[in-house]
Order: sequence, then C-alpha cells, then structure tokens
Amino acid sequence: MKKSIITVIGQDKVGIIAKVCVYLANNNINILDISQTIVSGYFNMMMIVDMNNSAKPFDDCSKELGQIGEELGVKITCQHEDIFNMMHRI
Amino acid sequence: MINMLEVNETNKMIEQDNLDVRTITIGISLFDCIDSNLEKLKSNIYNKITTVAKDLVSVGKEIETMYNIPIVNKRISITPISMIGSAACKTPEDYVELAKTLDEAAAKVNVNFLGGYSAIVSKGMTKQDEIFIRSIPQALKVTNNVCSSVNVGSTKTGINMDAVRLMGDIIKETALVTKDEGSIGCAKLVVLCNAPDDNPFMAGAFHGVSEADAIINVGVSGPGVVKKALEQVRGENFEVLCETIKKTAFKITRVGQLVAKEASKRLNIPFGIIDLSLAPTPAIGDSVADILCEIGLEYAGAPGTTAALALLNDQVKKGGVMASSYVGGLSGAFIPVSEDQGMINSVEQGALTIEKLEAMTCVCSVGLDMIAIPGDTKETTISGIIADEMAIGMINQKTTAVRIIPVIGKGVGDKVEFGGLLGYAPIMPVNQYSCDAFVNRGGRIPAPIHSFKN
Repeated sequence: MKKSIITVIGQDKVGIIAKVCVYLANNNINILDISQTIVSGYFNMMMIVDMNNSAKPFDDCSKELGQIGEELGVKITCQHEDIFNMMHRI
Repeated sequence: MINMLEVNETNKMIEQDNLDVRTITIGISLFDCIDSNLEKLKSNIYNKITTVAKDLVSVGKEIETMYNIPIVNKRISITPISMIGSAACKTPEDYVELAKTLDEAAAKVNVNFLGGYSAIVSKGMTKQDEIFIRSIPQALKVTNNVCSSVNVGSTKTGINMDAVRLMGDIIKETALVTKDEGSIGCAKLVVLCNAPDDNPFMAGAFHGVSEADAIINVGVSGPGVVKKALEQVRGENFEVLCETIKKTAFKITRVGQLVAKEASKRLNIPFGIIDLSLAPTPAIGDSVADILCEIGLEYAGAPGTTAALALLNDQVKKGGVMASSYVGGLSGAFIPVSEDQGMINSVEQGALTIEKLEAMTCVCSVGLDMIAIPGDTKETTISGIIADEMAIGMINQKTTAVRIIPVIGKGVGDKVEFGGLLGYAPIMPVNQYSCDAFVNRGGRIPAPIHSFKN
C-alpha cells in the first residue's frame, strides 16, 4: 500500500484537524496515523493517509488541501511517503 | 514508521534551504536520424526529439507535485551534432540550419535548454568538424535554447592545440555577434577536456556515442542544505565537518535517485546516472561560496580555499555514491562565478582572481565557469586560458572546462547582467602578458605519462 504524508504547519486555531478530516472523509481518504504538537502557539501536525481509494487524483487532493490551508491561515502539504523513506531510510 | 522530525527536516530543506532537483535531462541518440539530405535530416531530428521528449515536462511537473520537490530544469542532450550533420552539411550555414531545427524542437517540447551542438576533437579535427566549429557563433546567435560544447583534449589523447587556438577565435566571435545581449552567446558555449558522455548539466551536456538510444540523467543540488547543516557544527574539527557534509550529501542525492527512478518509470526510458553535484544559483542561500565561508574562510578565494573546496568536493562524492545506484556526469561542486552570489561577492571584494579559480578547478568538478572578462581580451589570450585549464584536466584525469565571456564594450569594474539562472557577473581582470607564440605553434600536446605521479 502506498501512503501519503499530510503536514499542517501554522498558527493554532479552532477546527484545523476537523476541517482537514472532513475533507479526507468526503474524498474517501483513510487516516492511518496522526501526530500533533503545539510549540509556542505553532500548530504542527503530520498525518499518514491511504489515498489508494481516493475519489480524486493526487494532484487535485494536493491542490484542494493547499486551498483549505490558505482559508485556515496554515500551510498544508501533501507528499508521497517515498521522499521521506528515501531520505531517512537505507 | 516515518516520524514528524524526519518529515519536518525534509520539508525544511525544501522550503527554507533551497533543496531542489536541478535538472532531469533526457539523453537522445540521433544516429538513426542521419541522412545526406539536409531537409530530410532536419525533419528526422525534429521528429525524434519531439517524440522521445514529448512528455518530459509534464512528467517532471507530476513528480514535483507528488513529492513537493521543485525540479528546476527539464532538458535534453543529443549526440554531438558535428557527427550527425557531417554527411549533409557542406558549409557552416548548413550546420546553423540544424541549430535552428534543434531550437524549434526544444521549444516544441518546452525544455529550457538543449545541449549537444557539439564536436569531439580531442586528438584531431576532420574537415567537417572544423566547418561545424566555425558555425558555432552564428548558431548561438540565432537560437535561444541551444547549448554548444567542444571537447579539445583528454588524458588518453593529449590536447588538440589547433582546436584550442581555434576556440579562442570562436569564443571572441560569439561574443561579438551577441554583443547586444551582453555577449550571452558565450554563456552557452563551453570548451572541455575529458568531457563525460552522460553529463546532465548545461552548457556541456551531450549524449555520448557510448550511450543507449535514450536515457534519463538527473543532476541534484542543494548547497543551501549543506550550508545550513554546517551552521550546526561551527568550531568542530574536520572529522565532524566531513561527516556532516557526507550525511547531507547522502540525503540530497537520495531525492535525486527517487526522482530519476520515477521519471524513468513514467517516461519508459532507462535510468542512466545521478550527477552528484552541488550546483548553485544566484538565489541568496543557494551558494557554494557560502559553504566555503561557513567552513571557515572570510571570502571564497582566501588562503585555504583550495583545501576547503577539495574536502567539500570529496565528501559530497563519498556521501552521494552510496545514495545512488549509478553515478556519473561531472559529479562535484560547481564554482561558476555569475551563478553564485557568494562568488560574485568575493570577486567584488577583490578576494577571488582567475588564477585562484584556476587552482580551485584542480580539486572540483568542471572548471573556469561563467567568468566575465574584458571585451578587448585577445583571442590568443583566451586560447592560453583554455590551454591551461585543459592541461589541468589532462594531467589529473578529470573533466575540466572553460566557459568564459569576453563582454564586448565592457572592462574591469563593469558588470554584465545575463538574467535568470545565469545571473550577473563583475568583469574580472586577465593577465595582460602575451602567449601568442605559444598558442600559435600548432599541432597537439602529447598524451601524458601514467606513471611517476608527482
């Protein structure tokens, strides 16, 4: 199974996780893992998701998540997991 | 499982430290295009390039989105055109026609550069080679995206001094015919010794005769990432310094390997090599000179620069080799002047001279790169500079190159602006003493001995 990593970084506020999760549920993207921290008011979240059954192609999801980020005033990035596996695992 | 620290480290490299993949270059053999009829040859070349490379740019963009990693350039290299055109081209003007076709093909598939308007004359020039070389100034004037290179020497053959002498004239003529644009033609022309067959970087890229029909070569980058990593180990000893560079180079190169394999799969073209390179751009924080300063020099060019560059270059290779299944091309740190803000600062400060740059080329990839010199520099002096650089490559069994720009109408103290990735450059002074009698001797310098290394 190929997984993707969604990262959200920015000023903390109410409803960031909710909004992202609603988008993922609406597009049939399954969340496998979530980790989240807040450092000096900065929200930092990483999600590992399975997009194999996604209703939309990767490009569209990536763009739409980016737009949701803009609305929330945070930066949302969606990447295939291989870039991290390659860089940090031999 | 991947953790948040690793994800953040990678994304910080991309977003803050200018980590990118510098180029995906498709090498395309044009041997099956050869025809003695010029029109037929032109149409064969156009069709082959626009067929093989038609999806390069769109696939590059898909990969960028998938991994959120910028791929700055998508490029093409081709079989040296002096060979491909030799049956059809009777005059320099015929070769210029081929250059126009290459330019049209590059524009059609939307790549920013196409390399391989080239000749390999390391030992001798055929009549066709000479006709081709004489076409270079005009070819670079009438095209936008075509890059040219001439290999004039190698460790195995020695140096073809007739070609070195001729290239002095050709560089000057190229500067003259493109003088209205800051002599930019010379920024697309490089003279090489020991040119590799699989180099993905411009302007010296061509698809060598030892290569397959089509191949994907990838050049990585990331001087900003190395600089940031070294900021964390200020004051530490050389062991720590070298280990840090090595580990960072590994990570950078792994991204290149990933992109190369993915591009190869999607384009259905075999993966060739990764060029383990630290390629700077004029952007702030994307500079090889800044790494040298971080290692401990006030400016690039200060005493210690050659040693610092030598260790940097070696550690980049040591870290990168394990990160990729195939390594090739030029592999090492690039030290172009105009494309590196830190190098420009050093020149403007008076810390860096052509002579010091020449010493630096003994220990890193390529050579005298993107150096602007006064427009009234004599042709023979340019040939002398080329000969020196070729000798370093020949004796040390490495690739060296000269991409030098005599900027017509400008002198020391002036600046020339090329724009984009080519940046801008202060005009550097050149040694004024004559080498006319030396470069006018004619013939070639014999191949060097391979023993008694001292």
